[in-house]
Amino acid sequence: MKKQLKTIAYCRINNNTISINGKSIITKDKDLSFSDFAKQIYKEKQLAYPKFFKMDNLCKLAFLTSEFLFEAAKLDSEIIKHTGIVLSNRASSLDTDRKHQDTINDKDNYFPSPAVFVYTLANIMIGEISIRHQIKGENAFFVSEKFNETLIEHYASSLIINRKSSHILCGWVDVDNNNYDAFMYLVAEKGSYNYSKEIIKNIYTQN
Amino acid sequence: MKDVFITANTIISPLGFDSETNVSAIAKEQSGITLHNNISTSPCYASIIDHKKLDDAFSKIGDPKIYTKLEKMMILSLQNTISQATFSISDKTVLIVATTKGNIDALNSNFEPERAYLPILGNKIKEFFGFKTEPIIISNACVSGILAIAVAKRFLQNDYYDNAFVVGGDIVSEFTLSGFQSFQAISKKPCQPFSKHRTGISIGDAAASVAITTDTSESEAIQIIGDGSCNDANHISGPSRTGEGLYLSIISALKEANIKPESIDYISAHGTATAFNDEMEAIAFNRAKLEKTPLNSLKGYYGHTLGASGLLEAIVGIHSLKNNMLYKSLGMDELGVTMPLNIIENTTKKELKTFIKTASGFGGCNTAVIFKKVKQ
Repeated sequence: MKKQLKTIAYCRINNNTISINGKSIITKDKDLSFSDFAKQIYKEKQLAYPKFFKMDNLCKLAFLTSEFLFEAAKLDSEIIKHTGIVLSNRASSLDTDRKHQDTINDKDNYFPSPAVFVYTLANIMIGEISIRHQIKGENAFFVSEKFNETLIEHYASSLIINRKSSHILCGWVDVDNNNYDAFMYLVAEKGSYNYSKEIIKNIYTQN
Repeated sequence: MKDVFITANTIISPLGFDSETNVSAIAKEQSGITLHNNISTSPCYASIIDHKKLDDAFSKIGDPKIYTKLEKMMILSLQNTISQATFSISDKTVLIVATTKGNIDALNSNFEPERAYLPILGNKIKEFFGFKTEPIIISNACVSGILAIAVAKRFLQNDYYDNAFVVGGDIVSEFTLSGFQSFQAISKKPCQPFSKHRTGISIGDAAASVAITTDTSESEAIQIIGDGSCNDANHISGPSRTGEGLYLSIISALKEANIKPESIDYISAHGTATAFNDEMEAIAFNRAKLEKTPLNSLKGYYGHTLGASGLLEAIVGIHSLKNNMLYKSLGMDELGVTMPLNIIENTTKKELKTFIKTASGFGGCNTAVIFKKVKQ
């Protein structure tokens, strides 16, 4: 039994631009590093969430994307609490893994740090989003060569049909050296936009 | 919903290169954990697969020089599982690869650093066996392996695939060892899950694989009857004080299986032997009314094998059901958690029908999956 799903809202952050439901809402200088871009957005949004500054770039990107997405989606807090989270990327946590590796390569200058090591897992971003919004729903983190809308659709639909979650936060959040890209969308049985993996693929590739 | 079964399975660990050898070593209370002098800045207990033994076994199916240690372990495991399975690879067969850190040692080894990208690991396995679909890679910290079983079950129930091969693996690397050391989480002796004297984890190498299908002719089949994977929403590196995510995962799995807690005959716990993890599990099992159910952690035999652990320990649980045996929770002496638990102190024969496998990990993730022995 397949269910027709809808998209409630979607958010893209790449090239120092943030867009919601296809409309660009913030654009910063392309030369800004991701860290500086993220810091500016945090300040302008007056987020007042000091944990943000402990996060690695991957979590900062996931966190900011989910902030804009939840703001646009205007979901009831009871629904948010049970939302499933299904995210994916290509580089896993390699951007931070390399930083941890740098602390152990030289035996005479050996300084592994728990503050770095904890971010050497890509699914930490799901934890950060869950803590921020008190989400205790289903979780999964997938890794693929490129954004795999079919895989995400299969898993999101399975969670809804198996009655594990009614709403799913889906997406792709990748940070690798100086490159980053985030795309998140909320799917459920009711929503403002038609959903299919083809529509999602189109939205993703057009930006 | 379709019934989904686990059939063929293979464990690759220091205790042996197939499931039966592993389970008979466990029955004899043998542990893979030994003292190693060359894996860290100081001597350290870990459960490590011998390179030469691995290469000798691998050379029968491939060139050991062109694959990383993890790839050899995972391929060797899958080779055996695929040869035992009642189905062959088709365009409706999915390969699911579960790993926490994959080829992370490639960041500092003879292999190119690019080998550390997980899609490359997935493709090496796909190409070796000629899988026809893109591999699905799950990297969800230490629940990866058990979550992979839940993902396979959900995909089969919803007809996206006809059957699945799931392989999980992780290795002991300087990368993870140094990180856990920086957390002061590595035990100075072999780990002692749930013991009053526990002082942290031991880590281990392992790969494990299973065949999952909706169609089995086994007279005594193992069915996956419920699952749940919920977040604590509490802390990224510390377990919840209330066991919230684990409790919710267990409740979700019980509800789907439509059974009461007293129908569970055995709990294969995560039991890493850190102070906070084992305490958190004790709280969650008590909240779920499972405190009287016989329970073990297999970490005393294998150490913490990260993303492989949930899958590896589920396989041992399946053999527990088939053999009607409860295996001793190795390393347990005096109970060291504040809530009651029924830890298996001696290996005993007991009629078993149903067990629950649980795991928890960084990022606040938790997974519970329930397995049932069905006669048909």
